[in-house]
Amino acid sequence: MNGTKDIDALIALMARLPGLGPRSARRAVLHLIRKRAVLLAPLADALTRVAATARECLNCGNVGTTELCDICTSEIRATGQICVVEDVADLWAMERAAVFRGRYHVLGGTLSALDAVGPETLRIPRLIDRIATENVTEVILALNATVDGQTTAHYIADQLPGIRITSLAQGVPIGGELDYLDDGTISAAMRARRDI
Amino acid sequence: MRKGWGRRVEWRDEGIVLSVRRHGETAAIVDAFTREHGRHAGIVRGGTSRKIAPVLQPGAQVDLLWRARLESHLGSYQVEPVRSRAAAAMGSRLSLAGLNAVTGMLAFCLPEREVHSLLYQRSEQLLDLLGQDEIWPLAYLRWEMALLEDMGYGLDLTRCAATGAGDELIYVSPKTGRAVSRDGAGAWADRLLPLPPCLRGQGDAGDAEIAEALGTTGYFLQHHLAPGLGQGLLPSARARFVERLIRSG
Repeated sequence: MNGTKDIDALIALMARLPGLGPRSARRAVLHLIRKRAVLLAPLADALTRVAATARECLNCGNVGTTELCDICTSEIRATGQICVVEDVADLWAMERAAVFRGRYHVLGGTLSALDAVGPETLRIPRLIDRIATENVTEVILALNATVDGQTTAHYIADQLPGIRITSLAQGVPIGGELDYLDDGTISAAMRARRDI
Repeated sequence: MRKGWGRRVEWRDEGIVLSVRRHGETAAIVDAFTREHGRHAGIVRGGTSRKIAPVLQPGAQVDLLWRARLESHLGSYQVEPVRSRAAAAMGSRLSLAGLNAVTGMLAFCLPEREVHSLLYQRSEQLLDLLGQDEIWPLAYLRWEMALLEDMGYGLDLTRCAATGAGDELIYVSPKTGRAVSRDGAGAWADRLLPLPPCLRGQGDAGDAEIAEALGTTGYFLQHHLAPGLGQGLLPSARARFVERLIRSG
């Protein structure tokens, strides 16, 4: 369809986004066109701006539009603690919970022998530099409770002698029912039980 | 196995998860070491979901139903957990390093779809010992010797290759994998590999001795088995496990 060539191209691009397929991309594009003034034009502007400026924070690896992200430049955040996460999505999850007011460090993945991801591929050397220069007293390892995540956590802990290293607790999630939990989670929760 | 015109090939087996790779948005390609079908891959639909992902951790014991249109296809797995081993391993650095070493070595050594029932049995027993750090390193050494044996590179440590003597065996020939006695070694001693007693199932093996023995088995894995498989360097997970063992010893 010649008349809708550009729209077809837009649909094809939208269909490549996570969670969208050709059908949902068509619906989204149609909705954007109908709301051209309030949605399509601002979205196009925002996309153009972000495409020109989006970059990784040089300090922590978070995504931002400046060389140092808002978290790293914030003056109200504590400097003594660094929370290490696997990727930016995990950082955003921690921020949504609003329970940590220190700074972050994004590794950019986990160690994986099968995928040939070694320590040098991750942002571990930069983490070690930061601990030396930012007067850090505690490193919180908020890595996934997977074999790769915990292997990475142990590796990082080995690289940082003489500093307090903590990791997130493992156990029953809020709203979780024991009957539906895997035996690994139940055994981890049992080991980490506490007095009430 | 069920197959026929217009039907799908399918089998059910038990296996150990070796690795999981994301495939698309929601699926995962699972590489498993199965009892009766060897190392075998398959797609798990929804394998990245919150329900299935915790089950698909390396080392997990799972019940697998594999289906495909043709036997040569990748096929899909339906997975049910039998027992998880990740939780037992995560509590200890040595166990976690050991779990990574076992799954890494199996993925490295085993050709796809080749049955290794005895090795499967040994691997299952070894993984069930995870968390028992005092006996696990020696069990791993025994397993690695079984791995060499199963892959056709077994060590013959019963008699000296040079003199035929059965005592004072303290070296291994890096060429033949046969034991060499102190007398038999002569001027060649510095070119031979060490044969700690624990490699012959003797003595009260400490971590340092086991690490030395793993140096010897590692030589055969790297210089005999890996070239035979067309592979390069051994998985780094094995080196990390040996390093961890040396540190704890």
